[in-house]
Amino acid sequence: MVDHTRETIHVNGCAIEVLRGGTGPGLLFLHGAGGASDWAPYMDRLAERFEIAVPSHPGFGRSDTPGWLDSMSDLAYFYLDAFEAMGLDDVHVVGNSLGGWLACEIAVRSTERMRSLTLVGAAGIPVDGVPMGDIFLWNPEDRVRNVYHDRTVAEARLARNPSEEEADIALKNYFTTSRLAWSPRFCNPDLAKWLHRIRIPTMILWGAEDKVFPPAYGEAYAASIPGSRLRIVPECGHLPHQEKTDAFLDAVTAIAEEAAP
Amino acid sequence: MKFFFFHLMPYAHLDLDYDKTYPGAYLTLPNSYYDPKKGAPLYHRYLDELELADRLGFDGVCVNEHHQTAYGMMPAPNLLAGALTRSVKNATICVLGRALPITDNPIAIAEEFAMLDNLAEGRFIAGFVRGLGTEYHASMANPSFSHERFHEAHNLIVRAWTETGPFAFDGKHYRYQYVNLWPRPYQTPHPPIWIPSQGSRETYEWAAHPDRKYTYLITFNPAEAVKRNLDAYARQCETYGYECGPGQLGWALPIYVAETDEVANREAANHIEVFFNKFINSPAEYKLPPGYSSMASYKYVMETKFKVREQFLTHETLTGNGMFVCGGPETVTEILARRFDEMGYGNLVCMLQFGTLPRDLTEKSMTLFANEVMPKLRHLGERSPAPLAAAPAGG
Repeated sequence: MVDHTRETIHVNGCAIEVLRGGTGPGLLFLHGAGGASDWAPYMDRLAERFEIAVPSHPGFGRSDTPGWLDSMSDLAYFYLDAFEAMGLDDVHVVGNSLGGWLACEIAVRSTERMRSLTLVGAAGIPVDGVPMGDIFLWNPEDRVRNVYHDRTVAEARLARNPSEEEADIALKNYFTTSRLAWSPRFCNPDLAKWLHRIRIPTMILWGAEDKVFPPAYGEAYAASIPGSRLRIVPECGHLPHQEKTDAFLDAVTAIAEEAAP
Repeated sequence: MKFFFFHLMPYAHLDLDYDKTYPGAYLTLPNSYYDPKKGAPLYHRYLDELELADRLGFDGVCVNEHHQTAYGMMPAPNLLAGALTRSVKNATICVLGRALPITDNPIAIAEEFAMLDNLAEGRFIAGFVRGLGTEYHASMANPSFSHERFHEAHNLIVRAWTETGPFAFDGKHYRYQYVNLWPRPYQTPHPPIWIPSQGSRETYEWAAHPDRKYTYLITFNPAEAVKRNLDAYARQCETYGYECGPGQLGWALPIYVAETDEVANREAANHIEVFFNKFINSPAEYKLPPGYSSMASYKYVMETKFKVREQFLTHETLTGNGMFVCGGPETVTEILARRFDEMGYGNLVCMLQFGTLPRDLTEKSMTLFANEVMPKLRHLGERSPAPLAAAPAGG
């Protein structure tokens, strides 16, 4: 396991936890609905090539749940401030699911501190006629089974007995996700109007078997972000960074190299 | 003691084998299970039963709101309450209640309730609820803002009923340039407000407040839980420095009366089991979307109440824990009188039709209840008069 740290930073009175590790160009990983409160194998792999920062968003993990947090817009503006507080400049941004939506909400406001963007199974835009999965109606087992394509990965995950703290964090993440994404469901109907403002190198990475946001969502992103590249990962569900870490790392590295100064 | 006849209007023709294919009677049960040729007469039968309750001397007749479910066919209870204003001659018409947070325009509820109050010339009680968890799936209203929206919508409605318009309303979720209600309510300052509840602390602290003194109605719970919640409400009133009379406390439950205990148990057992196991039943995720309750109560309910509901609830279990009262007139009278001594409720909201209970048995049970049970319980709680007086304007 790569050496890493866990630190708490304060942004306008809101304390958030940030995992950091690795060396290389700066990379910010924005987690999805499931959170990223503990160091994970995909972070190890990223940290071999990048100096990574993985914050827990306000309302997630061990970060504060501030009273002002009502929407993804609130979270996007928070991160514009947090970039500064985390000392991130000229950074590669990677966002999965809810974190991909967040990355886009930040980027349409400003890409000033971003060098590249990688969206991984990103929420955020509606695709008419292509239903998304309903994580709020799935039971806890289905919430795991439906995000992985490989059943053995899902079953291994389900076989783990979470600690009480882990269970509490999972519930907190689920509640905050509901607050931010219940309605309109996992999207901002206005977002697609402004995606043309993202003019940094952008990679769109999607699991071919994503049951939460089927690949049509990735295609819609690719059509909306000028010059973006779409990669579909075969035999992969909603979490390519976990399920197909090599393909994930290749994609992030490729777009980072394209964006190199 | 006041007696209210409550109807859920279940789709009684539901194919009860639906649960071999679908997890519950809500939300995702395809509406192909509903046959309008059977549903239409059912609406009229149920309205007949509500009208019969009026003729039998019940103090009130009650309807309520549920969406996208076979459990209750009343997504728009005010329509049926409106129909009843023409035929119900003595009873108070009660909508228990409308789910405030799931609407984007609470003024519509203020208007419709004011219309009903006028049509019924003041024989009207307004119920406000947050709605079941499933209603948030059905409406897409964000459960995380359920409490905020409930309080804001309530404040807006009460102000609309009591203040001379037009005025502006500035809320977080609801903002209006012009609030100017036509018609105004018939009752002054406004119709009595009832709060049906499953018993959360936040609700009774709010409902018991001296500015409100809303009638607190505990629904579909074991008797022990009903008592605990009504006691908590009464203690809250004491904390606020006043004594709450029985008129401020209500208990809603299914009841069945027949000639004898033996006949009652035989006739009701299957129908009450169908009600609790086929109509109410749905997966936890349907009932409790994230944000609808606090995280602490989410964990508590998931580990306690919903574990119980996963088991098949038998007639014996339901009568044993007091969720259902069933028997001959003497037994039913004795149980309800004993519960009065324990709980001090002054409003009994009787669900005398439930699940698949057919018309003839429903009417027999209603008639026996009205003729042989009600008269013996009437005097209970009379020491505290005027339970239905309108609450002072507030909120």
